[in-house]
Amino acid sequence: MKVALIGLGSVGRGVAEMIAKKDLGLKITGIADSATGLIDDDGIDVAKVLATKKKTGKCGNPKITAADVIKKADYDALIEVTPTNALSGEPATGYMKTALARKKHVVTSNKGPVALHYKELRALAEKNGVAFRYEATVAGAIPIMHTLEHGLGGNEILALYGVLNGTCNFILTRMADEGLTYEQALMEAREMGYAEADPTYDVQGIDAAIKLVILANTIWGNGVKLGDVDRTGIDLLTADALRLAEEEGCTIRLIAEANPRKKLIRVSPRIIGKNHPLVTEGTLNALTLETDMAKEITLIGRGAGSIETASAIIGDLLFIQDRYVQRA
Amino acid sequence: MKLEMKDSPGQLVAALKPISDVGGNIIAVIHQREPDQESDILNVQIVLELPEGRLEKLVVLLQEQGVHIQRVNEERLLYKRTVILIGHLMHTDLSDTVDQIDSTGFAEVSELSMSMPAVNERSSSRITIKALSKQDMESALTILRRVSKQKSLLLIEPLEEIA
Repeated sequence: MKVALIGLGSVGRGVAEMIAKKDLGLKITGIADSATGLIDDDGIDVAKVLATKKKTGKCGNPKITAADVIKKADYDALIEVTPTNALSGEPATGYMKTALARKKHVVTSNKGPVALHYKELRALAEKNGVAFRYEATVAGAIPIMHTLEHGLGGNEILALYGVLNGTCNFILTRMADEGLTYEQALMEAREMGYAEADPTYDVQGIDAAIKLVILANTIWGNGVKLGDVDRTGIDLLTADALRLAEEEGCTIRLIAEANPRKKLIRVSPRIIGKNHPLVTEGTLNALTLETDMAKEITLIGRGAGSIETASAIIGDLLFIQDRYVQRA
Repeated sequence: MKLEMKDSPGQLVAALKPISDVGGNIIAVIHQREPDQESDILNVQIVLELPEGRLEKLVVLLQEQGVHIQRVNEERLLYKRTVILIGHLMHTDLSDTVDQIDSTGFAEVSELSMSMPAVNERSSSRITIKALSKQDMESALTILRRVSKQKSLLLIEPLEEIA
């Protein structure tokens, strides 16, 4: 199957590396970063491009843009892994629409467009008879979308609870284990590369809320938006609060929770028993689904990372290859 | 409650029947016979849930069965939840915050642990609330959410038991 890769940040490089390294039957015919692009219908030498990108910071020809690759390259599936814009979802949403309109499958790790324009993108994919898949947008390597769609097919999902932000989970783990203040734990998260210079998006629960919106729309098709999520972050937590929870055999975790019967969709720090399956250490993510037939199912795994996220993207690509395209 | 009854066949069942007659729910029955016990008296401890105001009737019914009640320990509020509040708790009148729950009549603050760091820094407290029923607990938490919002306190609720 021929694929075009848009975005060569950490996730894009991870995907390219794995496609080059593993014999998956995937061939990259178009590639673009924010400034340059490359098109070769016979297949691009990925190792060479990655080396060039490392040396010069650019992957190809400055006269070829991402939009050119999407419009002109010969590919079956578009891999859209550009940086997310939670407010507008652009330019990624435009890229995806262009590809879908060309009857190309789309696989993305980009949360903004899925949270903002899920219905529209999905309808466009259906109209054109192609797949629109976004496993990598929620909980990194955890195959939550495949689980919902296939493994739990036919189940009614009654509620979901999740630890969906690794940065917050790391900070809370360090506060609980070492008695650090929030500020100290955040500083440590920054040093480890788990937190951005501006941590607002993570610590105020916005990232977790966006993922919750994607899950809710996928499961219940209820059209909820980011503004509908009742959201409280972890930035006002004290070391004392963690200690008070600890004295009761509990700890505090940032929990994303959706329960349509209770009309509940919220992200908030919660007191939770230390032996609860959702209590994971460090940057791990975890998700519990409450269903009618399977009852409770908890998935735990890595929520971020270059290769971990590539795992989710490649899972989507191989699904498309199996279902729509012959294995090469 | 702790009961004393004659150790003869059918006595225990006879003693338990009045509980269901008054609409009670038996949670546990514990009876241990002392190995060296010679007497024909059986000691039984029963943990049960009773609707409000039925205890007196149960006592009468049990006495009619010839059962002697040694002790009744009443725990009126069955539902317990622990929350954590963070913020300027003293400056925002903590006793008023507690009173808003206590004055409901169906819920009360039964425990409060608090840490007070330097003056002007936010303090943290762990509060255990007891309520008569699940619905009452939900009402109490609704009040606490409203009060926390008014007083700019951060309320951390427990994650409800799944299913």
